[in-house]
Amino acid sequence: MQLLEGEKEEILACVKDVLGGNSKTQENLIPILQQVQKKLGYLPTMAIEKIAEGMDVPAVDIYGLATFYNQFRLNPPGKHEVKVCMGTACYMAGGDITLESFQRRMEIDEGETSQDRYYSLGRVACVGCCTLAPVAVVDDQVEGKVTPTRVDGLMLALEEGRDDNSSQQPDSSEGDNNE
Amino acid sequence: MSEEVTITIDDQSIKTQRGEKLLWVALENNIFIPHLCAIKDESRPNASCRLCFVEIEGQDKPVTACSKEVENAMVVKTRSPHIDRLVKTGFELILSDHNLKCRECPANRDCALQMIAKKRGLKLKCDRFKPLEREYELDDSPAEFAFDRSRCVLCGQCVWADRVEAEIGAIGFTGRGINRVVTTFKDLPLADSICTECKLCVDACPVGALYYKHNQKA
Repeated sequence: MQLLEGEKEEILACVKDVLGGNSKTQENLIPILQQVQKKLGYLPTMAIEKIAEGMDVPAVDIYGLATFYNQFRLNPPGKHEVKVCMGTACYMAGGDITLESFQRRMEIDEGETSQDRYYSLGRVACVGCCTLAPVAVVDDQVEGKVTPTRVDGLMLALEEGRDDNSSQQPDSSEGDNNE
Repeated sequence: MSEEVTITIDDQSIKTQRGEKLLWVALENNIFIPHLCAIKDESRPNASCRLCFVEIEGQDKPVTACSKEVENAMVVKTRSPHIDRLVKTGFELILSDHNLKCRECPANRDCALQMIAKKRGLKLKCDRFKPLEREYELDDSPAEFAFDRSRCVLCGQCVWADRVEAEIGAIGFTGRGINRVVTTFKDLPLADSICTECKLCVDACPVGALYYKHNQKA
Protein backbone atom coordinates (compact mmCIF):
# COMPACT_ATOMS: atom_id res chain seq x y z
CA MET A 1 0.00 0.00 0.00
CA GLN A 2 1.46 3.33 -1.07
CA LEU A 3 1.52 6.02 1.56
CA LEU A 4 -0.33 9.27 1.02
CA GLU A 5 1.37 12.62 1.00
CA GLY A 6 2.33 13.53 4.55
CA GLU A 7 1.35 10.12 5.88
CA LYS A 8 4.93 9.12 6.63
CA GLU A 9 5.37 12.08 8.95
CA GLU A 10 2.04 11.32 10.57
CA ILE A 11 3.06 7.69 11.19
CA LEU A 12 6.45 8.67 12.64
CA ALA A 13 4.89 11.28 14.93
CA CYS A 14 2.17 8.89 16.05
CA VAL A 15 4.59 6.06 16.89
CA LYS A 16 6.88 8.45 18.75
CA ASP A 17 3.95 9.80 20.70
CA VAL A 18 2.56 6.37 21.63
CA LEU A 19 5.97 4.92 22.52
CA GLY A 20 6.64 7.95 24.69
CA GLY A 21 3.40 7.43 26.59
CA ASN A 22 3.97 3.77 27.45
CA SER A 23 6.73 1.85 29.16
CA LYS A 24 8.44 -0.33 26.60
CA THR A 25 7.73 -3.70 28.15
CA GLN A 26 6.47 -6.79 26.41
CA GLU A 27 3.07 -6.71 28.08
CA ASN A 28 2.52 -3.23 26.70
CA LEU A 29 3.00 -4.30 23.10
CA ILE A 30 -0.65 -5.02 22.35
CA PRO A 31 -1.88 -1.77 23.98
CA ILE A 32 0.76 0.13 21.96
CA LEU A 33 -0.43 -1.46 18.72
CA GLN A 34 -4.04 -0.71 19.67
CA GLN A 35 -3.25 2.93 20.34
CA VAL A 36 -1.35 3.33 17.06
CA GLN A 37 -4.19 1.68 15.16
CA LYS A 38 -6.74 3.88 16.89
CA LYS A 39 -4.88 7.00 15.80
CA LEU A 40 -3.97 5.93 12.25
CA GLY A 41 -6.94 3.69 11.47
CA TYR A 42 -4.60 0.81 10.67
CA LEU A 43 -1.10 -0.54 11.32
CA PRO A 44 1.20 0.51 8.48
CA THR A 45 4.28 -1.70 8.12
CA MET A 46 6.36 1.42 8.68
CA ALA A 47 4.75 1.84 12.10
CA ILE A 48 5.50 -1.81 12.93
CA GLU A 49 9.14 -1.26 11.96
CA LYS A 50 9.41 1.83 14.12
CA ILE A 51 7.72 0.16 17.11
CA ALA A 52 10.09 -2.81 16.74
CA GLU A 53 13.05 -0.44 16.73
CA GLY A 54 11.75 1.45 19.74
CA MET A 55 11.00 -1.67 21.77
CA ASP A 56 14.05 -3.62 20.63
CA VAL A 57 12.13 -6.68 19.45
CA PRO A 58 12.31 -8.28 15.97
CA ALA A 59 9.87 -6.64 13.55
CA VAL A 60 8.67 -10.08 12.46
CA ASP A 61 7.42 -10.72 16.02
CA ILE A 62 5.16 -7.67 15.92
CA TYR A 63 4.12 -8.62 12.40
CA GLY A 64 3.26 -12.09 13.71
CA LEU A 65 1.20 -10.61 16.50
CA ALA A 66 -0.63 -8.22 14.18
CA THR A 67 -1.50 -11.05 11.79
CA PHE A 68 -2.58 -13.31 14.66
CA TYR A 69 -5.27 -11.06 16.12
CA ASN A 70 -8.28 -10.14 14.02
CA GLN A 71 -8.51 -6.74 15.70
CA PHE A 72 -5.43 -5.48 13.87
CA ARG A 73 -5.56 -4.43 10.25
CA LEU A 74 -2.50 -3.92 8.08
CA ASN A 75 -4.32 -2.03 5.34
CA PRO A 76 -5.99 1.37 5.67
CA PRO A 77 -9.78 1.53 5.76
CA GLY A 78 -11.16 2.46 2.34
CA LYS A 79 -13.63 5.26 1.73
CA HIS A 80 -16.23 2.53 1.43
CA GLU A 81 -15.89 -0.46 3.71
CA VAL A 82 -17.61 -3.70 2.85
CA LYS A 83 -17.73 -6.57 5.31
CA VAL A 84 -19.15 -9.90 4.28
CA CYS A 85 -20.65 -12.08 6.98
CA MET A 86 -19.09 -15.51 7.33
CA GLY A 87 -21.19 -16.66 10.27
CA THR A 88 -22.64 -20.17 10.06
CA ALA A 89 -25.98 -19.17 8.51
CA CYS A 90 -24.45 -16.77 5.99
CA TYR A 91 -21.72 -19.24 5.13
CA MET A 92 -24.27 -21.98 4.49
CA ALA A 93 -26.33 -19.58 2.39
CA GLY A 94 -23.35 -18.84 0.15
CA GLY A 95 -21.45 -16.11 1.98
CA ASP A 96 -18.22 -17.31 0.39
CA ILE A 97 -19.76 -16.73 -3.06
CA THR A 98 -20.76 -13.21 -1.97
CA LEU A 99 -17.23 -12.53 -0.74
CA GLU A 100 -15.78 -13.85 -3.98
CA SER A 101 -18.10 -11.60 -6.02
CA PHE A 102 -16.92 -8.56 -4.08
CA GLN A 103 -13.29 -9.63 -4.49
CA ARG A 104 -13.73 -9.94 -8.22
CA ARG A 105 -15.55 -6.64 -8.59
CA MET A 106 -13.19 -4.67 -6.36
CA GLU A 107 -10.11 -6.50 -7.70
CA ILE A 108 -8.76 -6.95 -4.18
CA ASP A 109 -8.55 -9.85 -1.75
CA GLU A 110 -10.25 -10.16 1.59
CA GLY A 111 -8.51 -7.92 4.16
CA GLU A 112 -7.13 -5.63 1.47
CA THR A 113 -7.73 -2.06 0.36
CA SER A 114 -7.79 -0.88 -3.25
CA GLN A 115 -4.78 1.22 -4.33
CA ASP A 116 -6.90 4.39 -4.54
CA ARG A 117 -8.25 3.60 -1.04
CA TYR A 118 -11.80 3.77 -2.33
CA TYR A 119 -12.74 0.22 -1.25
CA SER A 120 -11.74 -2.08 1.54
CA LEU A 121 -13.07 -5.58 1.97
CA GLY A 122 -13.27 -7.72 5.09
CA ARG A 123 -15.21 -10.46 6.78
CA VAL A 124 -17.22 -10.53 9.99
CA ALA A 125 -18.28 -13.50 12.06
CA CYS A 126 -21.96 -12.65 12.57
CA VAL A 127 -23.93 -9.41 12.49
CA GLY A 128 -27.00 -10.85 14.16
CA CYS A 129 -29.51 -11.01 11.34
CA CYS A 130 -29.18 -14.58 10.15
CA THR A 131 -32.67 -14.60 8.60
CA LEU A 132 -31.33 -12.23 5.95
CA ALA A 133 -28.41 -14.53 5.04
CA PRO A 134 -26.15 -14.05 3.20
CA VAL A 135 -25.46 -10.67 4.74
CA ALA A 136 -22.97 -7.95 3.86
CA VAL A 137 -22.34 -4.71 5.76
CA VAL A 138 -21.70 -1.81 3.42
CA ASP A 139 -20.53 1.29 5.28
CA ASP A 140 -22.31 0.19 8.49
CA GLN A 141 -25.54 -0.47 6.57
CA VAL A 142 -26.69 -4.09 6.76
CA GLU A 143 -27.68 -5.55 3.41
CA GLY A 144 -29.58 -8.85 3.30
CA LYS A 145 -29.82 -11.63 0.72
CA VAL A 146 -26.65 -10.49 -0.99
CA THR A 147 -26.47 -12.74 -4.03
CA PRO A 148 -23.85 -12.07 -6.75
CA THR A 149 -26.53 -10.09 -8.63
CA ARG A 150 -27.14 -7.99 -5.53
CA VAL A 151 -23.36 -7.46 -5.28
CA ASP A 152 -23.43 -6.01 -8.78
CA GLY A 153 -26.21 -3.63 -7.72
CA LEU A 154 -24.41 -2.55 -4.55
CA MET A 155 -21.16 -2.03 -6.46
CA LEU A 156 -22.99 0.05 -9.06
CA ALA A 157 -24.32 2.34 -6.31
CA LEU A 158 -20.83 2.67 -4.82
CA GLU A 159 -19.28 3.34 -8.22
CA GLU A 160 -21.86 6.06 -8.89
CA GLY A 161 -20.79 7.83 -5.75
CA ARG A 162 -17.19 7.86 -6.90
CA ASP A 163 -15.99 11.38 -7.45
CA ASP A 164 -12.52 11.40 -8.93
CA ASN A 165 -11.52 14.55 -7.08
CA SER A 166 -12.59 13.30 -3.70
CA SER A 167 -10.66 10.03 -3.71
CA GLN A 168 -7.25 10.37 -2.17
CA GLN A 169 -4.36 9.92 -4.57
CA PRO A 170 -1.28 8.03 -3.42
CA ASP A 171 1.87 10.07 -3.32
CA SER A 172 4.20 8.37 -5.77
CA SER A 173 7.33 9.86 -4.22
CA GLU A 174 6.91 7.78 -1.07
CA GLY A 175 7.51 4.55 -2.95
CA ASP A 176 5.98 1.27 -1.99
CA ASN A 177 6.01 0.59 1.69
CA ASN A 178 3.85 -2.45 1.98
CA GLU A 179 4.96 -5.34 -0.13
CA MET B 1 18.70 -26.22 44.20
CA SER B 2 19.88 -29.32 42.42
CA GLU B 3 18.20 -32.04 44.37
CA GLU B 4 18.47 -35.62 43.25
CA VAL B 5 15.21 -37.40 42.52
CA THR B 6 14.46 -40.93 41.39
CA ILE B 7 11.79 -41.56 38.83
CA THR B 8 10.58 -44.63 36.97
CA ILE B 9 10.04 -44.55 33.23
CA ASP B 10 8.73 -47.77 31.67
CA ASP B 11 9.94 -49.83 34.64
CA GLN B 12 13.41 -48.34 34.39
CA SER B 13 14.60 -46.54 37.51
CA ILE B 14 16.39 -43.26 36.73
CA LYS B 15 18.23 -40.82 38.95
CA THR B 16 18.06 -37.21 37.85
CA GLN B 17 17.82 -33.65 39.13
CA ARG B 18 14.63 -31.97 40.28
CA GLY B 19 13.36 -29.44 37.76
CA GLU B 20 14.59 -31.35 34.72
CA LYS B 21 12.02 -31.86 31.99
CA LEU B 22 10.72 -35.39 31.66
CA LEU B 23 11.27 -35.59 27.90
CA TRP B 24 14.99 -34.89 28.10
CA VAL B 25 15.50 -37.21 31.05
CA ALA B 26 13.90 -40.01 29.03
CA LEU B 27 15.89 -39.26 25.87
CA GLU B 28 19.17 -39.11 27.77
CA ASN B 29 18.42 -42.58 29.12
CA ASN B 30 17.69 -43.98 25.66
CA ILE B 31 13.94 -44.05 26.16
CA PHE B 32 12.34 -42.74 23.00
CA ILE B 33 9.45 -40.28 23.19
CA PRO B 34 8.34 -38.73 19.89
CA HIS B 35 8.91 -34.97 19.72
CA LEU B 36 9.33 -32.20 17.16
CA CYS B 37 8.98 -28.83 18.84
CA ALA B 38 10.89 -29.52 22.06
CA ILE B 39 13.95 -27.37 22.75
CA LYS B 40 16.05 -28.33 25.73
CA ASP B 41 17.11 -24.86 26.79
CA GLU B 42 13.68 -23.31 26.53
CA SER B 43 12.28 -22.69 29.99
CA ARG B 44 8.67 -22.54 28.84
CA PRO B 45 8.22 -25.08 26.04
CA ASN B 46 5.57 -24.49 23.39
CA ALA B 47 4.33 -28.08 23.66
CA SER B 48 2.72 -27.48 20.30
CA CYS B 49 3.52 -30.64 18.33
CA ARG B 50 1.42 -32.81 20.69
CA LEU B 51 3.57 -35.87 20.13
CA CYS B 52 5.39 -36.31 23.44
CA PHE B 53 2.40 -37.44 25.51
CA VAL B 54 3.10 -39.75 28.43
CA GLU B 55 1.02 -41.12 31.28
CA ILE B 56 1.98 -40.42 34.87
CA GLU B 57 0.67 -42.66 37.60
CA GLY B 58 -1.90 -40.86 39.72
CA GLN B 59 -2.81 -38.32 37.04
CA ASP B 60 -6.05 -38.64 35.10
CA LYS B 61 -4.91 -37.14 31.87
CA PRO B 62 -1.81 -37.67 29.72
CA VAL B 63 0.74 -34.85 29.86
CA THR B 64 3.31 -33.55 27.38
CA ALA B 65 6.72 -34.78 28.52
CA CYS B 66 8.52 -31.69 27.20
CA SER B 67 6.73 -29.38 29.62
CA LYS B 68 6.52 -31.69 32.64
CA GLU B 69 9.12 -31.31 35.34
CA VAL B 70 10.22 -34.47 37.09
CA GLU B 71 9.20 -35.07 40.67
CA ASN B 72 10.50 -37.63 43.13
CA ALA B 73 9.00 -41.11 42.81
CA MET B 74 7.19 -40.23 39.61
CA VAL B 75 6.09 -43.32 37.68
CA VAL B 76 5.85 -42.71 33.95
CA LYS B 77 4.57 -44.82 31.08
CA THR B 78 5.53 -43.82 27.54
CA ARG B 79 3.27 -46.38 25.85
CA SER B 80 -0.36 -47.35 26.41
CA PRO B 81 -3.31 -47.77 24.05
CA HIS B 82 -4.52 -44.30 25.06
CA ILE B 83 -1.14 -42.63 24.50
CA ASP B 84 -0.54 -44.45 21.22
CA ARG B 85 -3.91 -43.31 19.96
CA LEU B 86 -3.21 -39.68 20.91
CA VAL B 87 0.23 -39.69 19.31
CA LYS B 88 -1.11 -41.38 16.19
CA THR B 89 -3.78 -38.71 15.79
CA GLY B 90 -1.30 -35.90 16.39
CA PHE B 91 1.09 -37.45 13.91
CA GLU B 92 -1.61 -37.87 11.27
CA LEU B 93 -2.73 -34.27 11.70
CA ILE B 94 0.84 -33.13 11.07
CA LEU B 95 1.03 -35.37 7.99
CA SER B 96 -2.24 -33.93 6.63
CA ASP B 97 -0.37 -30.68 6.04
CA HIS B 98 2.97 -32.17 5.01
CA ASN B 99 4.35 -32.93 1.57
CA LEU B 100 4.65 -36.72 1.62
CA LYS B 101 6.82 -37.13 -1.46
CA CYS B 102 9.70 -38.45 0.62
CA ARG B 103 11.70 -39.63 -2.36
CA GLU B 104 11.96 -36.06 -3.62
CA CYS B 105 12.82 -34.69 -0.20
CA PRO B 106 16.39 -33.69 0.68
CA ALA B 107 15.82 -34.98 4.22
CA ASN B 108 14.81 -38.48 3.11
CA ARG B 109 16.30 -41.01 5.59
CA ASP B 110 17.34 -38.16 7.87
CA CYS B 111 13.91 -36.96 8.88
CA ALA B 112 12.30 -36.66 12.31
CA LEU B 113 8.91 -37.73 10.93
CA GLN B 114 10.35 -40.85 9.36
CA MET B 115 12.12 -41.67 12.61
CA ILE B 116 8.93 -41.27 14.68
CA ALA B 117 7.00 -43.38 12.16
CA LYS B 118 9.61 -46.12 12.34
CA LYS B 119 9.90 -46.18 16.13
CA ARG B 120 6.17 -46.06 16.77
CA GLY B 121 5.07 -48.21 13.85
CA LEU B 122 3.09 -45.40 12.24
CA LYS B 123 2.44 -45.02 8.55
CA LEU B 124 3.80 -42.12 6.54
CA LYS B 125 0.46 -41.84 4.86
CA CYS B 126 -2.52 -39.65 5.35
CA ASP B 127 -5.51 -42.00 5.24
CA ARG B 128 -7.78 -40.84 8.02
CA PHE B 129 -7.63 -37.10 7.37
CA LYS B 130 -8.07 -35.38 4.08
CA PRO B 131 -4.74 -33.84 3.09
CA LEU B 132 -4.86 -30.06 2.92
CA GLU B 133 -4.71 -29.00 -0.66
CA ARG B 134 -3.24 -25.58 -0.84
CA GLU B 135 -0.48 -23.59 -2.40
CA TYR B 136 2.78 -23.46 -0.55
CA GLU B 137 5.44 -20.91 -1.18
CA LEU B 138 8.94 -22.01 -2.02
CA ASP B 139 11.62 -19.49 -1.12
CA ASP B 140 14.86 -20.30 -2.91
CA SER B 141 16.25 -16.77 -2.71
CA PRO B 142 19.20 -17.51 -0.37
CA ALA B 143 22.44 -18.54 -2.09
CA GLU B 144 23.00 -21.90 -0.45
CA PHE B 145 19.66 -23.02 0.98
CA ALA B 146 15.94 -22.92 0.31
CA PHE B 147 12.72 -23.03 2.30
CA ASP B 148 9.91 -25.25 1.09
CA ARG B 149 6.84 -24.56 3.22
CA SER B 150 5.05 -27.66 1.95
CA ARG B 151 7.35 -29.66 4.23
CA CYS B 152 7.28 -27.33 7.24
CA VAL B 153 5.83 -28.87 10.41
CA LEU B 154 5.81 -25.56 12.34
CA CYS B 155 8.02 -26.96 15.08
CA GLY B 156 9.79 -23.64 15.62
CA GLN B 157 13.33 -25.07 15.75
CA CYS B 158 14.45 -22.64 13.02
CA VAL B 159 12.91 -19.68 14.83
CA TRP B 160 14.77 -20.65 18.00
CA ALA B 161 18.05 -20.98 16.08
CA ASP B 162 17.47 -17.60 14.47
CA ARG B 163 16.68 -15.87 17.77
CA VAL B 164 18.81 -17.55 20.38
CA GLU B 165 21.77 -18.99 18.50
CA ALA B 166 22.16 -16.51 15.66
CA GLU B 167 20.54 -13.56 17.48
CA ILE B 168 19.13 -12.13 14.25
CA GLY B 169 15.32 -12.08 14.46
CA ALA B 170 14.71 -12.50 10.74
CA ILE B 171 12.06 -15.22 10.87
CA GLY B 172 9.05 -15.85 13.06
CA PHE B 173 5.53 -17.23 13.12
CA THR B 174 2.74 -15.21 11.53
CA GLY B 175 -0.94 -15.79 10.89
CA ARG B 176 -3.24 -17.96 12.93
CA GLY B 177 -4.61 -21.47 12.86
CA ILE B 178 -4.41 -23.10 9.49
CA ASN B 179 -2.74 -20.00 8.04
CA ARG B 180 0.19 -20.07 10.45
CA VAL B 181 3.54 -19.99 8.67
CA VAL B 182 7.17 -19.30 9.39
CA THR B 183 8.06 -16.21 7.44
CA THR B 184 9.92 -12.92 7.49
CA PHE B 185 8.70 -9.40 8.22
CA LYS B 186 6.33 -8.33 5.41
CA ASP B 187 6.64 -11.90 4.00
CA LEU B 188 9.75 -10.88 2.06
CA PRO B 189 11.96 -13.55 0.49
CA LEU B 190 14.75 -14.47 2.93
CA ALA B 191 17.43 -12.86 0.73
CA ASP B 192 15.59 -9.50 0.87
CA SER B 193 15.06 -9.68 4.65
CA ILE B 194 17.53 -9.06 7.45
CA CYS B 195 18.52 -12.76 7.25
CA THR B 196 22.31 -13.13 7.26
CA GLU B 197 22.14 -16.63 5.72
CA CYS B 198 24.09 -18.07 8.65
CA LYS B 199 22.30 -21.39 7.95
CA LEU B 200 21.80 -22.27 11.63
CA CYS B 201 18.08 -22.60 10.87
CA VAL B 202 18.85 -25.11 8.11
CA ASP B 203 20.84 -27.23 10.55
CA ALA B 204 17.99 -26.99 13.07
CA CYS B 205 15.22 -28.11 10.71
CA PRO B 206 14.19 -31.67 11.67
CA VAL B 207 12.48 -32.26 8.32
CA GLY B 208 13.24 -31.15 4.78
CA ALA B 209 11.63 -27.73 4.86
CA LEU B 210 14.86 -25.77 5.16
CA TYR B 211 17.50 -27.56 3.09
CA TYR B 212 20.82 -27.03 1.41
CA LYS B 213 20.49 -26.63 -2.32
CA HIS B 214 23.31 -29.12 -2.90
CA ASN B 215 21.14 -31.79 -1.25
CA GLN B 216 18.21 -31.07 -3.50
CA LYS B 217 16.78 -34.11 -5.27
CA ALA B 218 14.04 -32.88 -7.54
